[in-house]
Amino acid sequence: MNAPSAPRRSRVGLVIGAVVFLGFLALMFYGVQHSDRADREALPSPLIGKPAPEFALPLLHEAGHMVTSKELLGTPYVLNVWGSWCPECRVEHPVLTRFALTKRVRVIGYNLKDEPEDALRWLEQFGNPYMLVLADRDGRAAIDWGIYGAPETFLVDARGIVRWKHVGAVDDAIIDGELVPLLDQLEAGQ
Amino acid sequence: MLPEIGQVALVLALLVSLLQATLPLAGAQRGRTSWMSVARPAAFAQLLLVLCAFLVLTVSFVMQDFSVRYVAENSNSLLPVIYRYTAVWGSHEGSLLLWALILAGWTGAVAEFSRKLPDEVVARVLGVMGLVSVGFLSFLIFTSNPFARLLPAVAEGRDLNPLLQDPGMIIHPPMLYLGYVGFVVPFAFAVAALIDGRMDARWLRWTRPWTNVAWGFLTLGIAIGSWWAYYELGWGGWWFWDPVENASFMPWLVGAALLHSQAVTEKRGSFRGWTVLLAIAAFSLSLLGTFLVRSGVLTSVHAFAADPARGLFILIFLAIVVGGSLLLYALRAPRFEEGAPFAASSRETLLLANNLLLVSACGMVLLGTLYPLLADALDLGKISVGPPYFGFLFVLLMTPLVLLLPFGPLTRWQREQPSKPLAMLAPWAILALVLGAVAYFTAPQGPLKTAAGVAGSAWALLGTARFVWTRFKGNGRRFTPEMLGMTLAHTGIAVFLVGALLVEAQNTQRELPLAPGQTVEVGKYAFRFEGVEETQGPNYVSDLGHVQVLRDGKPVTLLHPEKRAYASGGQVMTEAGIHSGVFGDVYVALGEPLGAADDPDRANGAWAVRVHIKPFVRWIWLGAALMALGGFVTALDRRFRAKPVQAATTEQRA
Repeated sequence: MNAPSAPRRSRVGLVIGAVVFLGFLALMFYGVQHSDRADREALPSPLIGKPAPEFALPLLHEAGHMVTSKELLGTPYVLNVWGSWCPECRVEHPVLTRFALTKRVRVIGYNLKDEPEDALRWLEQFGNPYMLVLADRDGRAAIDWGIYGAPETFLVDARGIVRWKHVGAVDDAIIDGELVPLLDQLEAGQ
Repeated sequence: MLPEIGQVALVLALLVSLLQATLPLAGAQRGRTSWMSVARPAAFAQLLLVLCAFLVLTVSFVMQDFSVRYVAENSNSLLPVIYRYTAVWGSHEGSLLLWALILAGWTGAVAEFSRKLPDEVVARVLGVMGLVSVGFLSFLIFTSNPFARLLPAVAEGRDLNPLLQDPGMIIHPPMLYLGYVGFVVPFAFAVAALIDGRMDARWLRWTRPWTNVAWGFLTLGIAIGSWWAYYELGWGGWWFWDPVENASFMPWLVGAALLHSQAVTEKRGSFRGWTVLLAIAAFSLSLLGTFLVRSGVLTSVHAFAADPARGLFILIFLAIVVGGSLLLYALRAPRFEEGAPFAASSRETLLLANNLLLVSACGMVLLGTLYPLLADALDLGKISVGPPYFGFLFVLLMTPLVLLLPFGPLTRWQREQPSKPLAMLAPWAILALVLGAVAYFTAPQGPLKTAAGVAGSAWALLGTARFVWTRFKGNGRRFTPEMLGMTLAHTGIAVFLVGALLVEAQNTQRELPLAPGQTVEVGKYAFRFEGVEETQGPNYVSDLGHVQVLRDGKPVTLLHPEKRAYASGGQVMTEAGIHSGVFGDVYVALGEPLGAADDPDRANGAWAVRVHIKPFVRWIWLGAALMALGGFVTALDRRFRAKPVQAATTEQRA
C-alpha cells in the first residue's frame, strides 16, 4: 500500500469488474425476459401461413361421424388440443371456456390420445366449451399438425390456412393480446 | 394431509435458515457467544425439516397421490416403482428440493465436523450457508412449490420424461448436485475469511478435503451424465458441448483450479486472494449453472419449461450472492498478507500456470455458452456455437496443461533448478514420444490423434510414475493419502486422454439398411440382423432388435437395440445395444424401419441400423472415476484432521 499507484490500479480493476459484472447481469436479464418467447428457438410452427393438414377424424360424442378438414372451411376456427391426461389443460380450461362463451369464433376441441370414456367424463366434470370435439386416439393426425403434446392451440382462417399457434396453456393475456387482434385483422382483410 | 406437512416443513425450514443466516453472523461481528451458538442447532434443524419435506414428496410419488400437481405431472400409474423414487427429482420443483436437501446436508455436515474450529469461524461459515439456504428455500416456496395441489385430483398422471426412466438418471442428479452444492463449503469459508479480513492457514487446511470431495462428486456426476448420453441418446457421442453440460463443466474446471490453489495457500501461504476468488467463482458458477438450466435462458436438449418469473428470481439471487461476495472481495482481499516468496522456477509457478489454463478454459466455455444469447441480444442473428469452437480451443488450452503436469509434483516449492525435474523426466519424455511415433505408424486410421493420445497419455502416466518412484526411493519419506490422491487423479487424466483421443481417432460408424437375416462386416466385426420383434414393457411398447455380433466367424454376443414408445406421451426413446469391453465397445442403435409408411408389416422388414465400433471409449469414464477417486482419497489425509495448533502460524488482524 506504499506505492501510490497500487490503490488506483485496484480502483480501475474494481470499476472494470463492476462494469463486466453489470453487463453480464443485463445480458442474463435480457435472456430471462425472452426465455418464454415463442420464437426463441426460431422454430415457429412450419405450418403458419400454410394450409392446415387434411384430416378425417371421428367426433368424440359420435364416433361414427367423421369430420374432414374441408367441412370446417368458410369461417375461421380455433383448434384446441387437449386430453384428460393433461393437468395443464385443466388450468387452461376456464380461460378457454370464457373465451368460447364470447362466441367470437368457433372453438373446436382436438382430443389427443385419450380414452373416449375418460374424455367424456372430463368434459362432463369441467364443462364442454367446444362446438365439436375431434377424437384422435392414436395421435396419428397430430403428427401432420406438428402437435408435440397438449395443450396446444391453433387458429385456422376461413380458407383453411394456419395463422397462429400457441404451445402450452393459453391465458387471457395471450387471447386478448395475440389471438383476438389476429382475428380482427383476418376479418378486416376479408 | 401429508403434502401439507411437507409444505409446513419447508416453511419452517425457511424460518430456521433465516435465523441461521442472521444471528450467528451478527454474533460473530459483535462477539456474542450466545448468538453464535445458534448456528449449529439451526443447521441440524434445517436439515431435519428439509429432509422431512423431501420424504413427504417421495411418499406422494410412491403412493401415487395425483392430487399433488407435481406428482401428477411427472408420474403415472404404470411407472415402475424404482422410477417413482427418482421421479422426485425428475422435474423443476423436485430437483430444486433435492438441491435444498443437499445444501442442508452439507450444512449439517459442516456443523457436525467443525467442532475443532473457533466459534466465530463456525458461526460465520454456517451463517453464509444459511444465507444461501434462505435464497433457495424461498425460491422453492414462492415460485416452485412442489406441494401445490391439483384439486380435484386427476385419475391418471402424465409420465416421467422417458429420457429420465433409466438407471443412470437415478444417480446422475444427486451426484451432480452433491458436487455443485458442495462448493458452498469453500465459498462460505472464503466469505467468512473476507468478513474477518484474514485467512488462517489452519482453516484453509480444514476446507481442503471438502473441496476435494465436492469436486469428486461433481466429476462423478458429469461422468455419469456423459455415460448416460452415450447409451441413451443413441448418437454414440459422449460429450456435446451442450449448454447444460457446459453449465456443469465450468464449476468443474474452476473447482480443479481451486484444489490446486488451495494446496499452495495452505502449504506456502501464497495466492490467498486468488484462492478466495476461485472459491467464490466455483460456487458462483454452480449457481450460474443452476440458473442457466432452470431459467430456460439457453436452449438445449435438456429443454426445461421456461418461466420468466422463476428465471428472474434466481437471477436476483445470483446477483446478490455473486455481486455481494465479489464486492466483499474487492474491499477486503487487498488486506490479505502475502505468502512466502517464490522463484520463477518453482512449484508455485507451475500451479499458477495450471490455474491460469483451467480458468481460461472455463472462460472460453462461458463465452461460447453465452455467445448465442449475446448475439441475440445485440441483434446479430441466431448463432449457435458448436463443437468446432469448443473442441479446438479446449485442446489448445489443455495441451500445455498435460505437458506441464508431470513437472508439478517433481518440482520443489519456492525454488528449483529447472535442470533437475527436466533431467528426471527426459527419458520418459523420449519414451512417450517413441510410443506416440509407434502409434502413428500402426494406427489403422486417424494417426495424428492416435499418436497424440498415446504420447500424451504415456507422458502423463510415466511422469506421474516417476514421482511415485522418487517418493518410494527416498528413505523415510512417507507416501501420504494426499499424494496417493494426486497420483490417482493424474493417472485418471492419462486414462481419460487415451479414451477421448483414441475414440475420436478410431471410431468407426456406419449407417446400414439391414433386412432380416442379412450380414454385414464393419471393421473386424460382422453383424447379422435377425429382425425386430414387438415387446411390451411396463409402460412402453418396444421394437426390440436382435443383432448377432460375430468376430472371425465366431459369435461374440447378441445385442438388443430398442426403440421404445412410451404409453403416456407417445415419445420414442432409443436404447442402444452395447457390447462393452476394456479395449472398445460395439454399439448398435436402431434407426427407422425402411418399409413404406402404410405397410402394416414394416416392422418386420428392413431397418436402418447404426453401428459404431468405439475403441477405448470406457477409458473416458474410467479416467473420470479415477480423478474422482483421487479427490476422495486426498480428503482422507490425516493432516486435514489434525488438531489445530493453538499458536497461529500465519495470521494477521486486518
